[in-house]
Amino acid sequence: MRRVVITGQGTINALGTNVPDTLEAMREGRCGIGELEFQDVERLSIRIGGQIKGYEPEAQFNRQQIALYDRFTQFTLVAAREAISQAGLTFSGDLATRSGVVLGTSGGGMNTLDENYRSVYEDGKNRVHPFVVPKLMNNAAASHVSMEWNLKGPSFTVATACASSNHAMGQAMNMIRTGMSDVMITGGSEAMLCFGGIKAWEGLRVMSRDACRPFSANRNGMVQGEGAAVFVFEEYEHARARGAEILAEVVGFAMTSDASDIVMPSKQGAARAIQGAMKNARLNPEDVCYINAHGTGTAANDKTECAAVADAFGHHANDLMISSTKSMHGHLIGGTGAVELLACIMALREGVIAPTISYEEPDPECALDVVPNVARDVKVDAVLSNAFAFGGLNAVLALRKTA
Amino acid sequence: MSDTTKDRVIAIIAEQAVLEPGDVSLNQTLEDLGIDSLGLVESIFAIEEGFDITVPFNANDPSDSDFDISSVAAIVKAVESLVAEQHA
Repeated sequence: MRRVVITGQGTINALGTNVPDTLEAMREGRCGIGELEFQDVERLSIRIGGQIKGYEPEAQFNRQQIALYDRFTQFTLVAAREAISQAGLTFSGDLATRSGVVLGTSGGGMNTLDENYRSVYEDGKNRVHPFVVPKLMNNAAASHVSMEWNLKGPSFTVATACASSNHAMGQAMNMIRTGMSDVMITGGSEAMLCFGGIKAWEGLRVMSRDACRPFSANRNGMVQGEGAAVFVFEEYEHARARGAEILAEVVGFAMTSDASDIVMPSKQGAARAIQGAMKNARLNPEDVCYINAHGTGTAANDKTECAAVADAFGHHANDLMISSTKSMHGHLIGGTGAVELLACIMALREGVIAPTISYEEPDPECALDVVPNVARDVKVDAVLSNAFAFGGLNAVLALRKTA
Repeated sequence: MSDTTKDRVIAIIAEQAVLEPGDVSLNQTLEDLGIDSLGLVESIFAIEEGFDITVPFNANDPSDSDFDISSVAAIVKAVESLVAEQHA
């Protein structure tokens, strides 16, 4: 079977505008969550988030591009630029037709929707900008990446709420494995921090007003983030032949559906996805040293996830580390699995396990080693990344050091 | 006023439970009535809209919220005090 490796990574999120800054923040356990700043924020009861402060589109793109790129597309392109530059690939000829892009997002061009609804409903305007549709569509980011780097192979967007990025990266891995393509640009993006985006989430009453404290007994909900992470997935022999630096190997993926509830998670569905990813990766439970948790900081997710890990790993659950970096960058919804994969790659390459910060009180229902508050130096060979979406759709990736 | 509040809260809860208001009694819990977590947040939304009040409630820790949802009677009492507070 063809093997899949990662040869480039890029990001922009509340912790940093590139990978080195983001990893430094994760090593230091820095919190990127703060007061939200956007129009009408005073009408919200939830006013914190992992917002990218000081971001200036003009510093990244020209006027014509900005007219076409929603914030989620801009984040994607910023992250893709870093990833593809690191990989050192130029896409032309056969490689262009053998390369594609599959990205995750949940809300797509949410800021574009919000601004234009405000304009027609609140301001009473009867005319909108001609590019509203191409800006807001969920596949806009994937399409702009394909245009910018001449990727002519299989390209599409996956929208499975909080599991979008993991589903996207799982597709990318399988497409390379099965020979559909040689290189896939993959990951995900989200830019939902606008009045309408947060107002909708407020309604569910699962958001915290003060902090994201995954696995902590006093946790009181999730906190949203924004940003993107993009990776270059490449067929192993292709990467080796050109002497590319290999960051990690993507060795397994599994997805399951709970088929039970539109918002409440299921232990069985999550455990089946975790077990499936290990089986697909030919890993034994004892091989897995670290799990980047879904760890949203809601009462329901965290206890269900810990129970699923306990079921999937048996007694080894007590020996592995599981942390939620959402405590630092917030929940990027459709982009979250991608940003969290950075922590997985850091664990494999640097032997640094990103912590679960803002952890205050042990919860007997989350009695695992959650790497509280401080990063830890531990060499690890194999890791998992969990994503469990509303709608009961679960997606788990397995990575290991390249042998 | 008090009776009206009680009747209106019961009507909202009955609708969520797909019952006649007459089949909802004050000592029942939402669980008794078969109302799940989504039904609960929908009921609270309907109460906020119906009474023009804001209900302090976080689904992550219902017991920590100031809004007591332990029984139909408790909800009625909590709504009465919120109405008194917020419409004062």
